[in-house]
Amino acid sequence: MTTTPVMQADNIVKELGAGAGLVVAVKGVSLELVPGELTLLMGPSGSGKTTLLSILGCIMKPTSGSIRIADTKIDGLSAEELAKVRRDHLGFIFQSYNLFPTLNAIENVRIALDVRGVKGFAATSRSEEVLREVGLGHRLTNYPRNLSGGEQQRVAVARAIASSPSIVLADEPTAALDSENGHAVMALLSRIAKEQHRSVLAVTHDPRTLGYADRVVRIEDGRIVGEERRPEGIDSPEITDLTKRRKLHA
Amino acid sequence: MVFTLALRNLLHDRVRLAVTLIGILFSIVLVAVQLGLYLGSSRMITANIARSNADLIVTTFGAKSFEDGGLLLGDRERHQALATPGVESVVPLVVAFAEWRKPEGGSSRVVLIGSDADDQGLLPWGLIQGSVEDIKAPDAIAVDSTYLSELGVNGIGDTAQAAGGRVKIRALTEGIRSFTQSPYAYTTLNRARQLLGADDDKSTFLLVKLAPGANITEVQKDLGHRLDSADVLTKDEFESRSLKQWLFRTGAGLALIGGAILGSLVGTVIVAQTLYSSTKDHIHEFATLRALGSSRGYIYKVILAQAGLSAIMGYVLGMAIALLILYLSRNSSLPLVMTPGLAFWLFALTLFMCAISALSAIVKVTKIDPATVFAR
Repeated sequence: MTTTPVMQADNIVKELGAGAGLVVAVKGVSLELVPGELTLLMGPSGSGKTTLLSILGCIMKPTSGSIRIADTKIDGLSAEELAKVRRDHLGFIFQSYNLFPTLNAIENVRIALDVRGVKGFAATSRSEEVLREVGLGHRLTNYPRNLSGGEQQRVAVARAIASSPSIVLADEPTAALDSENGHAVMALLSRIAKEQHRSVLAVTHDPRTLGYADRVVRIEDGRIVGEERRPEGIDSPEITDLTKRRKLHA
Repeated sequence: MVFTLALRNLLHDRVRLAVTLIGILFSIVLVAVQLGLYLGSSRMITANIARSNADLIVTTFGAKSFEDGGLLLGDRERHQALATPGVESVVPLVVAFAEWRKPEGGSSRVVLIGSDADDQGLLPWGLIQGSVEDIKAPDAIAVDSTYLSELGVNGIGDTAQAAGGRVKIRALTEGIRSFTQSPYAYTTLNRARQLLGADDDKSTFLLVKLAPGANITEVQKDLGHRLDSADVLTKDEFESRSLKQWLFRTGAGLALIGGAILGSLVGTVIVAQTLYSSTKDHIHEFATLRALGSSRGYIYKVILAQAGLSAIMGYVLGMAIALLILYLSRNSSLPLVMTPGLAFWLFALTLFMCAISALSAIVKVTKIDPATVFAR
């Protein structure tokens, strides 16, 4: 496995609000993501994990600190330039799936390609391919209302990987799913990381997801308070005895 | 995908789509009717001028319209005009309001037009019964079939009294409407003078034909110097003057244009409101698109496509109704007019109206924070 990071975040600080209402949501977080690894960002509600995900996803700008994605330093980029970084390097999976209710499964995937300029037959065939990859080859023309929660999340996964991004960011991907579907989606994300050699970062507080992680980063009160990594050579998804490498920040 | 998403967004809420289409339809019908009436009125006002066989028209000084000349031009002016270099012929034309006494009692007003068929100055057109030759007969007159009941007659052969004499209907036209609602009645030049009690040399207008190769501007200028108590106008100038008189000095045209503007505004407001509301309903989808990396331009395209599709659907429905109204008005005294040009401009107006309507929605999506995708 290559260890060259596809994303490097250095000393990220994010302040929200102003004056008496000022809240420092992220306090000097540094993080690297490497290909082929499923990283979980875990922490309690209000710990700043979703804010950090937004910043790493180039959706929110940090107050200070720097981020490099592939070879692109994203500090100071405009909103449109950040959108281009998202198009070129990132795929997103959301807690509530965020599918377009008026589009069927294949169209929901196609639109992610369409915004990237991939159109026509190439877009259709790629959309079909990724939907088959996530096990929805038989549901191509179904609308979200006719899909189960697990199937909808798999469409969202297909949408996220359709453009072959180097990084996939997932926000609570199992939160709205039952146990069986939760495990299926996590297995899928793990497979995407391993087989497609992508870096997957999932924000979660769902303990069921732990077994699929190569690495767990714990965040509390806007700071990374620990990092645990799966020992080399252990592939079982049920592993819970992660090597702990606690790195408490002052 | 832009059009697919736009169309699905529109069809997603059928009630809102219906409101949008009704708004556009209402607007198109209103604007089409108002502009159709404006165009119809304009054609009525200028029809006789446009049909007159003249390069230049000599009118009494300050004549405001075709019906407003008086009977002040005489042989002196006619000879002066004929003596002007570049002038080939000068044909007198009599036009004046006259009282029309119905055979069964009661009266109405007509615009009496006197012109000789041999002079080819101004002849009635659209004859459906009788001929130009028939109008040469004693007491003969031609009127439009639309106004028969208003004139208290049934058709060819009926008699009435116009101004100071008896007239007999010898020819009927179709499609010669009068903006003043006083029907045009065509007769010979001398018969018109007799009916109106005017001298034998008097006329309202002199229709001037130029000799081949003559410069119209120079002849117009020359005639203007020679006829100091008259105006010398091209047909276009006289048409403009007549339109100004009837459409703008009377306020009728302003009312029609005002109605068209109001229709556009109402349509714009309705479409803007429904597009804004649709955008607001789909705001999370637009935020998702933004989070997925779409440019703002892509989202604008979706909104503009929604507006464009609404415009096309609304235009088709609106034009269908406008054409039906136009068909129903064809035999009225004020028929609507629709031309390919007007249809094109109505379509352009609909697109423009919907594009303007999309502005509020575009402003809304400009402010989208893609981070809201994590808040759902």
